[in-house]
Amino acid sequence: MRTAAGAARCPGEPQADGVRAARPANDPSPRPAAQRSRRRAKYALTVGLFLLPSAVPLVCFTIYPMFSALWTSLHEWNLLSPMRWVGLDNYRQLLSDPATRRAFGNTVYYILGYLPLVYVGGLGLALALNAAIPFRNFLRGVYFLPVVTSWIVVALVWRWLLNPSVGVVNLVLGWFGLDGPGWWTDPAWAMPSIILASAWKDLGFVMIILLAGLQAIPQDLYEAARVDGAGWWSRLRHVTWPMLSPTTFFVIVISLINGFQVFDQVYAMTGGGPAGASTVVVQQVYDLTFRYAQAGLASALSWLLFLVVLAVTVVQMAGQRRWVDYA
Amino acid sequence: MSRLTRSAGLGLAVALGLGFTACSNQGPGDDPASDPASGKVTITYSNFISNGGNESNLADIVAAFNKDNPDIVVELETLPYADYFTALQTDLAAGSAADVFDIEYANYATYQANGALAALEGVDRSVYQPSLADAYATGGVQYALPSSFSNVVLFYNKDLFDAAGVAYPTADWTWADEKAAAEKIADPAAGVWGDYQPISYNEFYKAVAQAGGQFLNADASSVAFDSPAGLAAAEWLTQKSGTVMPTVEQGAGTPDFDSNLFSQGKLGLWHTGIWMFGSLADATFQWDIAVEPGDSRPASAMFSNALAVSADSQHKAEAQKWAEFMSSSRAMVDVRLRAGWELPPIADQSQLDAYLDAGQPANRQAVFDSLDAVVLAPSIGQNQAQMQDIVTEELTEAAAGRKSAEEAVQSAAQRVEPLLQR
Repeated sequence: MRTAAGAARCPGEPQADGVRAARPANDPSPRPAAQRSRRRAKYALTVGLFLLPSAVPLVCFTIYPMFSALWTSLHEWNLLSPMRWVGLDNYRQLLSDPATRRAFGNTVYYILGYLPLVYVGGLGLALALNAAIPFRNFLRGVYFLPVVTSWIVVALVWRWLLNPSVGVVNLVLGWFGLDGPGWWTDPAWAMPSIILASAWKDLGFVMIILLAGLQAIPQDLYEAARVDGAGWWSRLRHVTWPMLSPTTFFVIVISLINGFQVFDQVYAMTGGGPAGASTVVVQQVYDLTFRYAQAGLASALSWLLFLVVLAVTVVQMAGQRRWVDYA
Repeated sequence: MSRLTRSAGLGLAVALGLGFTACSNQGPGDDPASDPASGKVTITYSNFISNGGNESNLADIVAAFNKDNPDIVVELETLPYADYFTALQTDLAAGSAADVFDIEYANYATYQANGALAALEGVDRSVYQPSLADAYATGGVQYALPSSFSNVVLFYNKDLFDAAGVAYPTADWTWADEKAAAEKIADPAAGVWGDYQPISYNEFYKAVAQAGGQFLNADASSVAFDSPAGLAAAEWLTQKSGTVMPTVEQGAGTPDFDSNLFSQGKLGLWHTGIWMFGSLADATFQWDIAVEPGDSRPASAMFSNALAVSADSQHKAEAQKWAEFMSSSRAMVDVRLRAGWELPPIADQSQLDAYLDAGQPANRQAVFDSLDAVVLAPSIGQNQAQMQDIVTEELTEAAAGRKSAEEAVQSAAQRVEPLLQR
């Protein structure tokens, strides 16, 4: 309910304070209750109208489908006949199905490969592009370009780059006498291929966020550290890293949530194959719904995923006190 | 909780309430498809059969229909086969299916059983080949009309055969003959491949029959391909990859890869459907077709598509009119035969004579000869797609050398068995 809290604190407040401030502060006469509740209703309506533009899509495309999926997950439904109530059977079936374990396993594999790559790479780029180097703004734009490109386009380009027989990557590897792998045609290399493409695409996003974090660090901290004789590494370790920790926390939370929901690149690059080697949870949800007409099972799997993401995020929120420095 | 938060909370509730109202279903309002002023009715027809080369032919049939029925406008929606059934299923679930849509024999039973198809009344069944009309009737009621039938034959590049000094395929070729020819024609240095046969479920059930076996037992209650014939079929399909046929790593299995290879004159033998005739009209080399070789016996796949009227259609009478025209009219027959599209499902065989003389390929008789030994696609209902995916996946693993053909067959059998409805 970030929207509710945010709205209560930010946009409504000054206006409401303004209304209250207009009244003489020492006015002792209590106003009639009817007038007060009318005023409150009017205020609520105003807030409601301001929230409406974001509430409509949120309700229609997120909240309503979520609970509709919860309802569906308790049924057997082939999308054509009426739903049949099965209670928690779908959840029971999923928890005992090796395909579920494999889908979650592949998703975790993706996250473990993707997250370090995109964070370390993004931090490196942010540090480099925060320094005074030529063409800095141009380079920032270049690295951000993939972020605003459609995943389908990026996935098709990477499929070609990583094409086992005519792809550029294997061609270049060949120059060094290396025999390139089968990439997305090989079960052992399908997930690394997807991780590589994903890290390349999201590097710019992580870079921009970290860059903003870096620029918020006051320069005098670095000056003071330098006066105290701190070298490059000490400044990074003892000034940049703690000062950047809230940004790092944000990047990791967002990347983890996105990582659990990885789909577009998998669908476009491998379709979950070969032989299910890159079937992640959302791909499994897609296959169950649209290929195999098991919408109840698919909805249950979506809710399992939601619960996992929720749990991971709660743990992160609880753990942030240990290392995130908001000072 | 402060009053301010409470009021803001109320505001949020108001916003959400309005939001819920905004996304509720649209009530029955004006129907945009019928315009009482002009008396015209618009129906939609969602199809995959014209995709990939026959779009203008379908447009010609629509034009002919409009000559007879000026008051019915047919709006076309054409999708690639690979995406079509996903889209159809979603549309049916959402209640937004087209008035008329394509289905194929393998999934007719599922759609019919789930009430997605409107019963068609007053259909003149005598115009259709009886077996095809029967295939789309349940309990004496017609639920769809056959729109075509087609089969898979062996295409071959005559120029490559001549260059390699190999005799052209004949109807009594066996797998061994095909293999020997493919090996002679293949010339990796020149980028020429000997043979291409998709490694997929559709090829497998047919190859099992060619090897003298069965995919499922007689009442479809159990898997029957975990047999010597099944193993022979799996070996036949998978050993080509990397020898006379390109591997997945070399591009096999990607859309249009095989058709590009053949139309560039770089493929000697090609197992594909007769719906490819039209797209090969501009080929710069000589090519022809033959009945597919069998192993212990010949067996050819036959596919049949049909037109169904949506149970939710607002214009069932007009929709049925179009479905009947598209499946049995003389105009449709003429366009299909002229274009070398799939064959019309009509009973009057004399109308098909024109097909035999319609130009390349010369041996069009093979299309009809193939029908002498037809193996029908196994149909298992709800789990059809899952079964097909499993078989294709296991064979692909075997072709890539990550499994033996025997392991693939055993594993496929174990995974398919629980999907069968008993």
